[in-house]
Amino acid sequence: MKKEDNKKSIQDKLNTIKYNCDSKTHLKVEQKKCLKCREKTCTFICPANVYSTDEESGYTIVQYENCLECGACKIACPKDAIDWDYPDAGYGVIYKNS
Amino acid sequence: MDINFNADVIVVGAGPCGISASMSVALNGKKVVLIDKSQYAGSKNMYGGAVYDCALREVFKDEVDNLPYERIINSNSWTFLNDTGSFELKYKDNSLKNAYAIKRFNLEKWMIGIAKKNGVYYIPNTKVNDLIKKDGAVVGVETNLEKYYAPVVIIADGVNSMLAKKLNLRQKYTPKDMLLSAKETLKLDKKTLENRFNLSPDGKNGVCKMFFGGIEEYKDLFMMSFLYTFKDTIMLGVGASLQDLTKYKLNINELLDKIKLHPDISPLIEGSRTIEYSAHLIPETGYNKLPKLYTSGALLAGDASGFINSIHSEGTNFALISGKLAGESALFALENNDFSQSTLSIYKKKLDKSFILKDLYSYRNVIDKLHSRSKSLSFYYPKKIKEFFNIILSADCKSKSKHFRKFFFNFIKDRNIFEIIKDVFAFSKCALDVFFGR
Repeated sequence: MKKEDNKKSIQDKLNTIKYNCDSKTHLKVEQKKCLKCREKTCTFICPANVYSTDEESGYTIVQYENCLECGACKIACPKDAIDWDYPDAGYGVIYKNS
Repeated sequence: MDINFNADVIVVGAGPCGISASMSVALNGKKVVLIDKSQYAGSKNMYGGAVYDCALREVFKDEVDNLPYERIINSNSWTFLNDTGSFELKYKDNSLKNAYAIKRFNLEKWMIGIAKKNGVYYIPNTKVNDLIKKDGAVVGVETNLEKYYAPVVIIADGVNSMLAKKLNLRQKYTPKDMLLSAKETLKLDKKTLENRFNLSPDGKNGVCKMFFGGIEEYKDLFMMSFLYTFKDTIMLGVGASLQDLTKYKLNINELLDKIKLHPDISPLIEGSRTIEYSAHLIPETGYNKLPKLYTSGALLAGDASGFINSIHSEGTNFALISGKLAGESALFALENNDFSQSTLSIYKKKLDKSFILKDLYSYRNVIDKLHSRSKSLSFYYPKKIKEFFNIILSADCKSKSKHFRKFFFNFIKDRNIFEIIKDVFAFSKCALDVFFGR
């Protein structure tokens, strides 16, 4: 339940942020590595809750639209499965009050 | 084939470091191109909340008098939180004028304005995807639009520096190397804010509060929280290492939400409304994991080099000054028309002489020691402080000497004596390092 509360809390906070969303993802994961991953660090470390695991297939679902471009996921991923980059020029998060 | 250079220097990244670097080049009449991926400089940046006067003046001189800051931070406090209360040290000086609270969007916008006025050619909305090399030396950058060529490229692309990685200047980061920080910008009526923080109604002064610990369920998690007052907003954020977060399977937002409920913090933000949430990494690589700072045709500066002293919340000043020194080093190479690694090594020598590498050196073990003693700092000592003040304040009609003796024996008995010895060694090592410096 606690984790669900946190997800809700993050979602509410993400609603305060302005984004210029690209139509394609800037975050790529190697799903083969994800299938073998037990820790699933990306699913709890990301401050924007970008990553979740599809229970049926075990694949990682990436909601790149919410990404805050902090880079935590790439460094924390124990399988080194995240090909991390910033969004293309002009796209992504736009902080005006931080 | 000879290269047609578009500029004397290319700077990648328009944060405090990149803007400062390009300013120092332009002020000497050389052509500099400043490239940034975002639409508005500063719009992907966040920090605690203060930029420092001394470093700003080194770069922007008297223009700093017109900095559109929101408040001058002249009251600082450091608070150790336990589950039900706190122990606080506070220093306030109304004449202090060395730290300004300003939002990054406004800070970078102001800096860019001055840079452009001084001849910096600023190219926003453009992402550098790679560096161009010729005979082993960096000679330009490849962007999403076109290629730009210059004999020196200053890399100031921030903590996740993709270019430093591409040039193999830095090692791969591990979770131990990084703090993750998350922050909320909380809107509060200006009058309420000034009353709450005991600020004069002229609207100029502000406070910075640092908090240690406060969440007892994670006993050796070292976490710091910060609070800055702006004009009609409060910045409240937390920071914890990626290693600790991973260990406890914790999301940084959980810590932020928990600390907001702490009895010492919740009254400070009561009635406020979140208007922005943000997150950023803070490098803790420090002196022991210093990247290679120069190579033929390229210099690395700012967050991309891990230039930060998180103990003193200093980062923007390291960025501004390392950018300035990188700019000066590029000028030296231009004067001599020699862009080899050995000529550019002057940058490292300049950094060695400045506070940047001196401070990084003297604080090189502090973060590690704090992490290794985090159980003492976040749990044991706050508990002992609580016991101590309970004796002082209990007025329980019992003899004080008996209380004090009991406190003293428990202080030693409650924990393995070796733990206390380890604490003493760790803290004195840090203190001696910082005191004697280099």
